[in-house]
Amino acid sequence: MMRWTAVMLMLGWQTADGGVIRAGDGRSVVQAVEMAAAGDTVIVPQGTYAEGNILIRKPLTVLGENMPVMDGRMKDEIFTIAAEHVTIDGFRIINTGRSSMEDLAGIKCLDAHHAVIRNNIFENTFFGIHISNSDHSTISNNKLSSSAEFEYQLGNGIHLWKCKHALIEGNEVTGHRDGIYFEFVTLSFIRKNISQKNMRYGLHFMFSHDDAYEDNVFRNNGAGVSVMYTRHVKMHRNVFEDNWGSSSYGLLLKDISDSEVIGNRFTGNTSGIYMEGTSRTVFDGNLFRQNGWAIKLMASCDGNSFNRNNFSGNTFDISTNGALVLNSMSHNHWDKYEGYDLDRDGIGDIPFHPVSLFSVISEHIPSAMLIWRSFLVFLLDRAEKVMPAVTPANLKDDNPMMHAHDLG
Amino acid sequence: MPRIIKYILYDILRTRFILFYTLFLLLSAVGMYQLDSDTSKVVLSMMNIVLIVVPLVSIVFTTIHFYNSYEFIELMLAQPVNRTVVFLSQYLSVALSLLLAYTVGIGLPMVFYGTEASGLTLILSGAMLTLVFVSLAFLSAVLTRDKAKAIGVALLFWFYFSLIFDAFVLWILYSFSDYPLEKVTVALIALNPVDLARILMILQLDVSALMGYTGAFFKDFFGGGMGFAFATGVLLLWVAVPLGLAMRVFKRKDL
Amino acid sequence: MISVEDIRKNFGNLRALDGVSVELSKGRSYAFIGPNGSGKTTLIKCILGLVIPTSGDIRLEGESILNQWDYRASIGYMPQIGRYPDNMRIGQLMDMMMNIRNHSGALDEELIAEFRLRDMYDKPMHGLSGGTRQKVSAALAFLFNPPMLILDEPTAGLDPVSVEILKDKINRERTDGKLIVITSHVMSDLDELSSEVIYICDGRIHYNDSIDNLKQETGHESLGRAISKIMNRTATA
Repeated sequence: MMRWTAVMLMLGWQTADGGVIRAGDGRSVVQAVEMAAAGDTVIVPQGTYAEGNILIRKPLTVLGENMPVMDGRMKDEIFTIAAEHVTIDGFRIINTGRSSMEDLAGIKCLDAHHAVIRNNIFENTFFGIHISNSDHSTISNNKLSSSAEFEYQLGNGIHLWKCKHALIEGNEVTGHRDGIYFEFVTLSFIRKNISQKNMRYGLHFMFSHDDAYEDNVFRNNGAGVSVMYTRHVKMHRNVFEDNWGSSSYGLLLKDISDSEVIGNRFTGNTSGIYMEGTSRTVFDGNLFRQNGWAIKLMASCDGNSFNRNNFSGNTFDISTNGALVLNSMSHNHWDKYEGYDLDRDGIGDIPFHPVSLFSVISEHIPSAMLIWRSFLVFLLDRAEKVMPAVTPANLKDDNPMMHAHDLG
Repeated sequence: MPRIIKYILYDILRTRFILFYTLFLLLSAVGMYQLDSDTSKVVLSMMNIVLIVVPLVSIVFTTIHFYNSYEFIELMLAQPVNRTVVFLSQYLSVALSLLLAYTVGIGLPMVFYGTEASGLTLILSGAMLTLVFVSLAFLSAVLTRDKAKAIGVALLFWFYFSLIFDAFVLWILYSFSDYPLEKVTVALIALNPVDLARILMILQLDVSALMGYTGAFFKDFFGGGMGFAFATGVLLLWVAVPLGLAMRVFKRKDL
Repeated sequence: MISVEDIRKNFGNLRALDGVSVELSKGRSYAFIGPNGSGKTTLIKCILGLVIPTSGDIRLEGESILNQWDYRASIGYMPQIGRYPDNMRIGQLMDMMMNIRNHSGALDEELIAEFRLRDMYDKPMHGLSGGTRQKVSAALAFLFNPPMLILDEPTAGLDPVSVEILKDKINRERTDGKLIVITSHVMSDLDELSSEVIYICDGRIHYNDSIDNLKQETGHESLGRAISKIMNRTATA
């Protein structure tokens, strides 16, 4: 919040004290940008500007009036920012060139600290917003959409590489390769964005320590959300839904430690969470509903705790690939729990074993899913519950809740 | 024929058995709604009952009815009437009365307490199972000569389709788990109407998990409408083929 | 009216009928007599189309009846055991039968009246005694005034008064020129009701002549004794 206010103040100061240059009436945006002095505001009136690569090398505020269209004619990058304190606001940025050699983008920031990119619409761009080596950037209220038949024809929606203190807020990204891409980005926030129908990941997150992402919606992305090789990441109140496919996950966690997954909603995913190499991470107050597997917990995970989550309508609640379990579960609500509560304290008197025999079988023989919910499977699961032989006996919730938690 | 069906239907609907069947379904469904407020969980519990009880009741009741009506069928056949008419009016009367009992027993609580798409699928798949097992019962009844044997065959059918067959499928899948078995599995499943009805249900309830398959064939099968169309189509075959066979046998049967 | 031509029927290895030929004419009443399992029921069922012969032909007024069904409009059949759907009422059964027969001529409701069945039209079948069900079966067999009647043990289970009513009815129909086929174990009944005897044993017809000739031939006045003699003769032959 502090930083946001600081940016606002700075902008106010610049528009008040800097000059104002208008593009249009025969003056191109490139010319207007060249004419402007550091700290000036360039205003671009409504219209279509087929101008390639507008390079900004000084602090500027570039404002679109009634959403002027910046058309890259399928060959150019549109704005390239290589200076600090540049703001781009209110443009419709369309048709960038597509080149994976140069990573052409709608707006690219190179070593451009304190950039502000807001209220823009990106259509048919290769990369939407591409930021590298730039700290304190703010990317808010943009809408990005693109489409292509194959993944290699697409760049990422919002792409950050080697940045610090970034704020990504209130954006909508669809149809890109990765909706939001973070690599070596630290101390940053991703908030209230909607990332859906991207070809690979809704959020792709690597080597990005001490970040938080909160209140985002990740829906129907090719492979869901992937968070890898990271420490101290806070994942709060996000929605992960409708990510279908054999290698598609609501949330893929790989080599994550000391992080938080709290208050999220996982619904209708093939796997709600797939985790391997994850340590000392807290999963608290999440809802897992109507997933194929709520959680696939690989044996390489340790020291994680799953408390006060609600599991309902999942085909399988938890599956695992080993007998050794070094994680703890407590006070979760499992809709498959059939125990009783004689002392009426709201906690079931017998433990719940969330790994069913058939989830183990279908792990080994995937085709066996076709006999799921048959009478035979029902009997097998019952028999296993009475005399556990295959499922890990120590993976259990000793304090299963009789009623679902109110997760708001 | 409609008049014959009307009277036979009237007769069957007043049997205690049909009344108990309706009440049993009704009470089970209401009980489940009372116990659980989550309608999708209720549908799940009802499915477990439907997949076991509907085939059992349909096949046993039909067999018993056929043999109890044996003398009456004989009398009807001594009248100037085509055997096909007698056979179809018997089939339709039994099928309609069981369908009615089923839809009332399962459907009424759904109307009252509310349901979702999976509930409608449950009604559909249960109705299909009813028709299939009535057909199978007629087949086993016309092929055997005495009641006890026919009931034995009927129970065997039920046990085979409800349990043995799936064990066999699981064994095959286990033995050949190193091979790509997608199409084989689907072909195997097509050989069991109970499995097909179940597939209709898990297409609704577990589609998230089913999409976990790597194979493109399963992706199309479960993801598009193909699985639904396939299961429904083959179920219709399961109704028509035993019925057709039973009718052929009945037309030449010595009573 | 009916000619049975060299009918054979095998049930698996069992030869139920082994080359049966017989002519049945109008105005006569035939008693089918034979031990249990002799093939007389099978022969009746062949005529009714309930059993399909392995070989041979059956003709009604010269037309083959095999695989036909409309010829049965000429037959009234009273089964040995009348079992009807439990919850069907007598009236509904009558209505249904009328619908099946689609009969256009006059109905013969004499037996319905004499057995006082109309008072019981609202009663469901499961509440009826065996005798009452027999009355219903008899009434149905005569209801459509068919030229041929096949009566399987018609007097079994009936009370004495009803037996007389039925016998009178059968004799009236015979004198009206109808063809009547009766099986019974009660020889005195057959003596009263039939003019011809057809003795069947082991799937063959061993005797086929009028009762009068039979009595003359054997020198016995009672049908029962005459038949026993025939039976002994076939057993020793």
